[in-house]
Amino acid sequence: MTAFWIVAPVVVVAALGLLFARKAVHAALSVAVVMIGLAVLYAAQGAPFLFAVQIIVYTGAIMMLFLFVLMLVGVESRESLTETIRGQRLAATVAGLGFGFVLVTAVGQTTLGPVTGLRSANEDGNVYGLAALMFGPYVVAMQLTAALLVTAVLGAMVLAHREALTPRRSQADIARDRMAEYATTGRHPGNPPTPGVFARHNAVDTPAPLPDGSPAEDSVSPSIVARGQLRDGFDDDIHVVSRQLRREDDDEDGAVGREQNPRRGSGAVGRDGEPRRGSGAVGREDNQ
Amino acid sequence: MNEYLTLSMILFTIGAVGVLVRRNAIVVFMCVELMLNATNLALVTFSRQHGTLDGQIAAFFVMVVAAAEVVVGLAIIVSIYSTRRTTSVDDASLLKL
Repeated sequence: MTAFWIVAPVVVVAALGLLFARKAVHAALSVAVVMIGLAVLYAAQGAPFLFAVQIIVYTGAIMMLFLFVLMLVGVESRESLTETIRGQRLAATVAGLGFGFVLVTAVGQTTLGPVTGLRSANEDGNVYGLAALMFGPYVVAMQLTAALLVTAVLGAMVLAHREALTPRRSQADIARDRMAEYATTGRHPGNPPTPGVFARHNAVDTPAPLPDGSPAEDSVSPSIVARGQLRDGFDDDIHVVSRQLRREDDDEDGAVGREQNPRRGSGAVGRDGEPRRGSGAVGREDNQ
Repeated sequence: MNEYLTLSMILFTIGAVGVLVRRNAIVVFMCVELMLNATNLALVTFSRQHGTLDGQIAAFFVMVVAAAEVVVGLAIIVSIYSTRRTTSVDDASLLKL
């Protein structure tokens, strides 16, 4: 009984968490708490096999499946709190309270006979007793559950299956399209040049120069261009970057960095007193 | 004995109210699971009351059926989500997609 009075309040509070949790993940966690609590209650009532199955199947498999689907669907998807049927929430609460009241009073007013207990039934061990029943009188039910599980697997496969609407593009198709595009628009069919190739600088934000010296914009990731962080790789930028790197090195090994501390304050102004170009690079350095 | 049954009834009621009140299909599904667990508790309790293991066998079969139900139900929820981009039970109000 001690186990019951410890576990029961926890279980009820966690079950209420299922009702009141805003986020679905919190609801899933409280259901996991309920299931572990119920497993303890099974163990307290002479059902050690169900205790193990409850933890393995329910908390281990089913709740993890719920969490998988929650992550797939999106954790942040909040449910709308507007009622589609007016007064539905209030009516449901009243009906639920009445239902619970009826059930609890009905249980409270029944007097059950003396508890037989499972001592004699569990004499050979709980698992042996269950096996004798399952492969004895309940063998047909067990075979039907096997059929049910196979059907469920097939059903999940059918529901999760999606027909491919467009034929899959092979490598030959892609190459043919590229050559056709080259014939019409003149776009180079090969790989775009990688950044920093033949440049004075090999960072990803520095475009590779073309033979005539102009930068090849294709060689830099479009997101860097969109953020305005493109560098042209001239000497000043190289100085800015090497100064940044030097400062980060100082921060990492503090003992060495401490003696250079007085210089760090003036670093943002340009320690060597040289003029700066490329406002993006300066702004980024100040932010760091 | 009555305490266990009362706890089972309370859990069942909470699950039923959750099915009626919550909007997220996954949370509604968890409430159904809670109701199944509550009935399992009652079955195990009655098994102890009667001194036979039939109640535990029934609870075991309920667990198997619940596992199958979760697999199919979550597959339905995922396929609804992939077509309608929502898991709210209010938005899936048409019979066809």
